[in-house]
Amino acid sequence: MPQWYWKNVKMNMMKKITACTLENSKITVDGNLIFESESNTFPEFAKEAYKNLELNYPKFHKMDSLSKLAFLAAEMILKDGDHSRTALVLANKSSSLDTDFKYQESINSQENYFPSPAVFVYTLPNICVGEISIKHKMQTENAFFVLDEFDENFLNNYSEQLLRSGKADKVLCGWVELFQENYKAFVYLLTL
Amino acid sequence: MMKEIFITDYNCVTPLGFNVNSNWSSLLEGKSGVALHKITENQEAVYASMIDSEKLNEEFSKNFENQSFTRLEKMILLSLKPLIESHPVTADTALILSTTKGNVSLLKNQTVLPEGAYLAVLAQKIADFFGFKAKPIVVSNACVSGVMAIAVAKNMIQAGQYKDAFVIAGDEITEFVISGFNSFQAIGTEACKPYDKNRNGINIGEAGAAVYITSSPSETEKFRFKVSGDSAVNDANHISGPSRTGDGLYASIRNAMAEAKVSSEHIDFISAHGTATLYNDEMEAIAFNRMELQNAPLNSMKGYYGHCLGASGLLESIISMESARHHTLLPSKNFEEMGISQPLNIIKENQTATIQYILKTASGFGGCNAAVVLEKC
Repeated sequence: MPQWYWKNVKMNMMKKITACTLENSKITVDGNLIFESESNTFPEFAKEAYKNLELNYPKFHKMDSLSKLAFLAAEMILKDGDHSRTALVLANKSSSLDTDFKYQESINSQENYFPSPAVFVYTLPNICVGEISIKHKMQTENAFFVLDEFDENFLNNYSEQLLRSGKADKVLCGWVELFQENYKAFVYLLTL
Repeated sequence: MMKEIFITDYNCVTPLGFNVNSNWSSLLEGKSGVALHKITENQEAVYASMIDSEKLNEEFSKNFENQSFTRLEKMILLSLKPLIESHPVTADTALILSTTKGNVSLLKNQTVLPEGAYLAVLAQKIADFFGFKAKPIVVSNACVSGVMAIAVAKNMIQAGQYKDAFVIAGDEITEFVISGFNSFQAIGTEACKPYDKNRNGINIGEAGAAVYITSSPSETEKFRFKVSGDSAVNDANHISGPSRTGDGLYASIRNAMAEAKVSSEHIDFISAHGTATLYNDEMEAIAFNRMELQNAPLNSMKGYYGHCLGASGLLESIISMESARHHTLLPSKNFEEMGISQPLNIIKENQTATIQYILKTASGFGGCNAAVVLEKC
């Protein structure tokens, strides 16, 4: 049996319960439009979405853009249900380079040398996973991968292994890519 | 029944040597890579474990024709080369890179993002050089990346996506990282002293490391360590401070040991994270005690190598397997007086021991933790 066939069979044994997409100033859940705004920049869009969705979580405002993106997408899926055994497996292309670039500017010149711990802490891509875990009190398995493009097969295989080994009952899985004005989140909930 | 997964080869590039043997003999003599280095102009020198660039270039030019690689890439390529020479890369071989910052040094004074700063571009460069067919995977989970990369290799081979994997790790000392940890006031003013009463912060380090992992080891392998269990649980507490209760680390160890089917009395040695910050070391002591692991001999390698970020977990796993092979426990360097509120069996001098089960742990920013159980076969 060719290996691709085996992989496909395995994939079909997992269920995708619900999915959220966040791009072009729009949030959709399972194809239904949840929120849309006229804003041109991601920070504006994130702020409007936060207000409109009545998230009421002041920590949101101190997050960097990548964390806001991942947080908003995850919020759509995690707001209901028990997530005490839901793992988080996220990936993107640009790691934390959006914040890395800003942080580097603060240390480029000796005259304007102002490294900030509040910015530095976001120069790791897995911080967004930490933010989601804190919000939903998820002391669960988590992982962050950097890939040159969205590879659903890889993420699903990894998630399935977490489910089969009994380390999680569900996995919030997906892609959270952001660099400057380019962003896209696509996250979904998997079970066996 | 899940496939059994084994580590059968490894190598590392550090200030203490460019292969495992030279590192091991330096460690036996108690040598440390940590020294005062001037990293940033107009800033004070800091204690760090830094690879001599001239020696690195010299070693690299002896081993590679093409010299157009960054310093970090040279560290990684040098560590991987001997493994590739003894284990063929096939279409089903994974390349898994553990790093936090990759070539972040390329960002300095740039107005446009350089391609080389993408972690996937770095991984692809290494993959292309050695002719990997599968797309490389980058694990970037702060300071637990190296430990987690071993777990990812194990899990993806078990899932059937790959037959074997080369896990590589690398992070280098940069102005970026030094300034950041400095802004947190996390950098120690002397050689770091994990778990010691007078500890006052970390030393940053740098290293390249590589491990070969397979489900079907050949008969000719020099050694085998089974990757028996793994887990990586978040604290869900704070993005830059360790949990006061050690919840995430405790759960990670518990899950990894459950998967490995071992209990606390089986653990012969713990290679802990031990960064020498007040809060990290205390958190670890709490987690280990909750698991009743306070009697297992334990060390932190940070006194020898500093904190090599994304490379630390893989490098420290390699040294702990080397410990098991040589039946020798290494002391937790610079530890003198107990500085944590709970008891731990911190190793004080070289000692002979039979080591079958190793517990390797790490914790990092974002509330992440990771644990693996390695079993000497």
